[in-house]
This record gives sequence, structure tokens and C-alpha cells, in this order.
Amino acid sequence: MERAQAFDKVIEILSPHVRNRDALADARDDTHILDDLKVNSARLVDVVLAFEDEFDIEIPDEDVDSVNTIGDCVRLVLARRN
Amino acid sequence: MSRRVVITGLGVVAANANNTRDFELALRKGQSGLRANAAMAEAGFACRVAGVPQGVDAIAESIFEPDELLAMNSGHRYVGIAAYDAWLDAGLERPERGGERVDWESGAVLGTGIGGMDTMGSRVVPMVDAGKVRRIGSTAVEQVMASGVSARVAGLLGLGGQVSTNSSACSTGTEAVVEGYRRIRQGLASRVLCGGAEAATPYIWAGFDAMRVLCRSFNEEPEKASRPMSASAGGFVPGAGAGVLLLESLESARARRAPIYAEVAGAAANCGGQRGGGSMTAPNPSGVVRCIRAALAESPIRADQVDAINGHLTATGADSREIAAWATALERTPDTLPVITSTKSMVGHALGASGAIESVATVLMLQRGFVHPSINCEDVHPEIEPYARAIPHGVLDMPDLRVAIKASFGFGDVNACVVFAKWDS
Repeated sequence: MERAQAFDKVIEILSPHVRNRDALADARDDTHILDDLKVNSARLVDVVLAFEDEFDIEIPDEDVDSVNTIGDCVRLVLARRN
Repeated sequence: MSRRVVITGLGVVAANANNTRDFELALRKGQSGLRANAAMAEAGFACRVAGVPQGVDAIAESIFEPDELLAMNSGHRYVGIAAYDAWLDAGLERPERGGERVDWESGAVLGTGIGGMDTMGSRVVPMVDAGKVRRIGSTAVEQVMASGVSARVAGLLGLGGQVSTNSSACSTGTEAVVEGYRRIRQGLASRVLCGGAEAATPYIWAGFDAMRVLCRSFNEEPEKASRPMSASAGGFVPGAGAGVLLLESLESARARRAPIYAEVAGAAANCGGQRGGGSMTAPNPSGVVRCIRAALAESPIRADQVDAINGHLTATGADSREIAAWATALERTPDTLPVITSTKSMVGHALGASGAIESVATVLMLQRGFVHPSINCEDVHPEIEPYARAIPHGVLDMPDLRVAIKASFGFGDVNACVVFAKWDS
């Protein structure tokens, strides 16, 4: 999977959880999921489940703890896919 | 401290309408919202008719943000829409999302009889049974916790007063009005959103079907299936939805120059103790009579001043006993019983939401001067026949309607009653 394709999918999955729509429109690798996009931290559980379904991967809980930015998500799903 | 309590906002999501304007029109026309229910048929229910609000998701999507919708099951959507409508109806503004302002003077008592059984049945139980607990996701708890309905509204509107969920089976919605009335009377809040919500799911209705208390003989004629006070009544039709009333202290309403629908003149709740004929599933008639009398005793209104009754009247064998209890409590004879009607004849029995939806109907009737028909009881039950003159089969214009009373009775032998009085500015 191309990195750009994974980035777009990550954005699509995050999108319904995002409260700051402006930040989503300008999303970059270093956009912070909680601080910038204002995603409710509890919803990261649902985001991870959606990543698993979309990318056909399993994400261990310990890997989730290190995810803070959109770039972290992209790296995580690509690493797990490969 | 004892303050007067008025109603300044209404919201409703019911089987026959999703806002108060359409609800009033439907009530006047005697328009049933009951429909054949495919899920009940598929699950082998004997009753295959339900009162499910229509078009709710489209309304919810126009009001709530995507992340809010992801966490809202049917009960949350119903109560969110009804509360939002009541709030705006009262002339209050929806707070900015993500803003810091909290309305410390406004609270909520929004109840539910059963709770988030749709989430429980479709997600929690299947996932646990399949050993996939991790896949339940983050939103299950807030949807199945009983207080989810009031908590959801608190977040939507930034409420900072006491926010709680009451639960007293089928008296829940009316009991919520009783509770909110008391909080304002005692000076604990200026405004309280009162009401109830119940989800639309066969998982809630199945137990009632198994008890054989749902109507099973009108599956081919859904709009005729809810038949309170009728000789051919064979059980209630399950329903869903929400009703919300914004109760407010008179001082607060006047200070805001808010239009006033009606006054809550008195209210009471009690339990029959499951004695004297009462049980977990039946009311003690003495408890019912005492509850109605207690609500009147708290008001300046005498029993002979009650002009209209919106009964509990579910279309079970309890209807005739209820009528007798009203007559006793109000010291009336068959010739003098006030007009008595059943909103359930059109929307079914929305359980924990029923008293709230029916209170909204009662306040609309009082303010607009009419009594809606009680449909499907052309064949009045023999035990109710002496009171037949009090049952409206078509809409009654009653411009002089001054006092309307609403009561609900629930499993556990619990009762709640509210006396509504017309407001003269």
C-alpha cells in the first residue's frame, strides 16, 4: 500500500470523530489527534478497531499507546501491514 | 422556599410525529403512528405491531455532529432531539460546542424504563458471547448506563445543575416531571428538563410479549391495534420515543420574558406497596387513588375543578380499574367524570417515555383548548360503559379547558401524577 493511500484512509477513519474540522482540512503528519483534531481520547479505541478492519491487521494495545499524531497512525498501519 | 413552576418549552419524538407542531396536528386528527414491525415478525413475536418514530436519523444528522451521532443509540437520539427542541422552544440558545460556558441554573431529570437494550442486544451480548470483548468499542457504556439519556442531554446543552435519570417502569416519564417540579419548588434549580426516553428494539419488547400483555389480534390492522378502554382491547402495543418538558421557576420565566405554556400546579408520586391487590405487575387501587389525591392536595385545585384526564390507559384489563380509580379520586360519578383520553391509542405504549410524551400532549391540549380523541374504542368495554360519555371519539374543542391531569402507573406498583393548569398571563 502506498503511504499517500494509507494517509487518506487514516484521515477518512478519523474524520467522524474529529471536532475541529478546520484542523482536519489542514491535516499533516504532525497533526496531533487529541490536541489539534480534538478527538475524544476514549474514541481512540474505536479508531484502532476501524484501522484493524480497514487494513486487515491486528494492533497490539502497547502499540496504541505510542500513537499521538496522524503520522504515527500511518506508520503504525503500514508497519503492521508489512 | 416554595416557588411556582411553569412550563416554557416542549419537545417530542413519537410514533406519529417528531415535533410538537406535527404532534398537535396528529393528535387532533386521531392519527395513529403504529405500523407492522418486520423485526418482531422475524423474531416470532405474537404481537407484530409497534409505535416507532419515523425519520429520526435524518433529523439527528441535521442537529448533531458526526462524533456525537456515533455515540447515540435510538434512545439517545430521541431524547437529544426532544430536549433540543424543548430548549429552543423556550427561547434558550444552544451553547457553542466546545465552548466553556456551563448553565449552572439548569438541570435535567430524564428517565428511561429499560435503557440501552438496543446497544446491549446488538453489540455487548453478541461480542461477549463470541469472546470478542475488545471489539465492543468505546461507546457501549455510555449507551447502556441508565443515566446515559440525561448525561447525553447535559453534554449537548451544557447543563450544570443536577442531572439525573429516574427509572420507575411505565411511570418514569411522569415521575420525571414530578421530580423536576420538586427541584424547582425547593429552589434547587431555575430550569429542569424533565421527561423520558425509550429505545425502539424488540429486545425491550420481547419480555412483554412473553408475558402475553401485548396486543396479538390486530397484526393485520396496525393502526387499530392500540385499543384502550375497548371491549376488544387485548394488550398494549409497544412504542418508543421521547418527551421533554422544560420546567422553569415563574421568576426565571418572567425575567426572561419567556412564553408560558402552562403551570405545574401539583404533583405526586407513590407506591401501592404491592398490597391490596397490587403486585410487581399490578397496581394497588388505593395507591393510585392516593397518588391522584396527593397531586391535587399539593395544588390549589379542587377535585371538582379537573376538566380533563389523560390516563395511563394501556389497553389491558387494568383500564377499567383505572377508570374506577379516577372516579373515586376525583369524587365523580359515571355522569360527572371529566373527559378522559388515551394518547397511547395513537402512539402505543412508549414505556419509560410514555408519561413524558403524554404530558407533552396534555400541555398542548391545555394551552390550545382541545382534547384529542381516544381512538379505537367505539366498542367501549362493558365495565367502562357507564363512563362512555366521557370518552372522546373525535377531537373536542374545549376553549374553557383550565385543568388537565396526567397520571402514569408502572410495574412495581408505582404511581405518578401531575396536575397541569392553564396559564393566564
